[in-house]
Amino acid sequence: MKLTLKIWRQKNATDKGGFATYVADHVSKDMSFLEMLDVLNDQLTEKGEDPVHFDHDCREGICGMCSLYINGKPHGPQQTTTCQLHMRSFSDGETITIEPWRAKAFPVVKDLVVNRSAFDRIIQAGGYVSVNTGGVPDANEIPIPKTVADLAMDAAQCIGCGACVAACKNASAMLFTSAKVSQLALLPQGQVERKTRAEKMVAQMDAEGFGACTNTGACEAECPKGISITNIARMNREYFSAVVSSDNM
Amino acid sequence: MTWVTKTLNSTLGRKLIMALTGLFLILFLTGHVSGNLLLFKGDGGQAFNMYAKFMTTNPAVKLLSYLTYISVIGHIVYSIFLTQHNKSARPVSYSTSNGSSNSAWSSRNMGVLGTIILIFLVVHLQGFWYQMHWGAVPTVEYEGETYKNLFEIVSFAFQNELLVGGYVLAMVFLAFHLSHGFASAFQTLGLNHKKYSPAIKAIGQVYCIVVPTLFASMPLYIYFTS
Repeated sequence: MKLTLKIWRQKNATDKGGFATYVADHVSKDMSFLEMLDVLNDQLTEKGEDPVHFDHDCREGICGMCSLYINGKPHGPQQTTTCQLHMRSFSDGETITIEPWRAKAFPVVKDLVVNRSAFDRIIQAGGYVSVNTGGVPDANEIPIPKTVADLAMDAAQCIGCGACVAACKNASAMLFTSAKVSQLALLPQGQVERKTRAEKMVAQMDAEGFGACTNTGACEAECPKGISITNIARMNREYFSAVVSSDNM
Repeated sequence: MTWVTKTLNSTLGRKLIMALTGLFLILFLTGHVSGNLLLFKGDGGQAFNMYAKFMTTNPAVKLLSYLTYISVIGHIVYSIFLTQHNKSARPVSYSTSNGSSNSAWSSRNMGVLGTIILIFLVVHLQGFWYQMHWGAVPTVEYEGETYKNLFEIVSFAFQNELLVGGYVLAMVFLAFHLSHGFASAFQTLGLNHKKYSPAIKAIGQVYCIVVPTLFASMPLYIYFTS
């Protein structure tokens, strides 16, 4: 395959940045999208040019590190992570536009790399359960109905890649935040901090400068882990019931 | 900041106001379209004029009308807050965006649709609501009692092709606004459940077609029958 790549290049956070066009020859259909970029970077390095910087880590679709807004969609045309996207999803001669996630809360570090630590701070605000360490508890000591465990597990699938923010016309982080709020609100272990969690995580989400939800459903459609917007409804319930009943003034 | 203002200034709180005012306006539209069906009665406007008098004098209706004004203003003001906030959340936009592949057009353009509906609302209120309250409306007598003849105002207005066309077009935009807004309000309130969400969505889709169609049929009926 021969492809034309229109890639966003930006030296650093303060640089204005712009698109650069590259031609990728001899691309195999079996390559992953990131492998295709690896080959391009090899060629750039050989020529003495600065390679294209992009985030990646496990390349197995489980770490949430890879990103890229490809042809107007986060993680490209398939509902998967960019590392699991293969070049067979594109056609020979195609022009592919590659941009970083665009959000005020996700500033560009370099080229296609964005700083997603805003997500970490949302988790730090309440996305945890506090437990005293001690002996290993017996399995099934705390009964959890299978249906509830499944719902919590579905929410826990979120890998925090930020595709929801990238896809949302408002750059809203509701799907990400609601996945963690839901996961912990559903389980018995999450009950102690339930109200404070909902209040603090929403407050942090707003403080980071993410947008509000318009219920377009774009996040759900693009989420590589299929997190459902029913979690957003649950977060809204959690938040509204928390603010009217918690002791936090 | 107290917990109330803090909540209402949060993104979720602002959406809550959008949902509650939106749902109240949906109730208002239901009442408005039901009452206006009297235009089809073919009694020279007697039932409609009597209904119009009731709607402007009954104290319970007055209270509801104030709630409607508050809802309209709240819906507009908070939509401005939210739109500004949402725009600022993405200072640099994408060069290529494929929104239609993951969401409905109406859901991405609620602000545009709402603005068009607002323009319609100004024309609509000036034409009928203002006239009924403070304008020079001819009177008519039924069974010894005097009524403002709003029917005549309406009948006269809808002789104008431009106005009829504008009304019908505005109802198309209203339909698109409702096609997203109806179910979206329930989602914002946290009411999403596999038992009743399909029904809410289905009712929303029926509602967004039936109500604007009924509204649009009124100027068309008057234009073609008089």
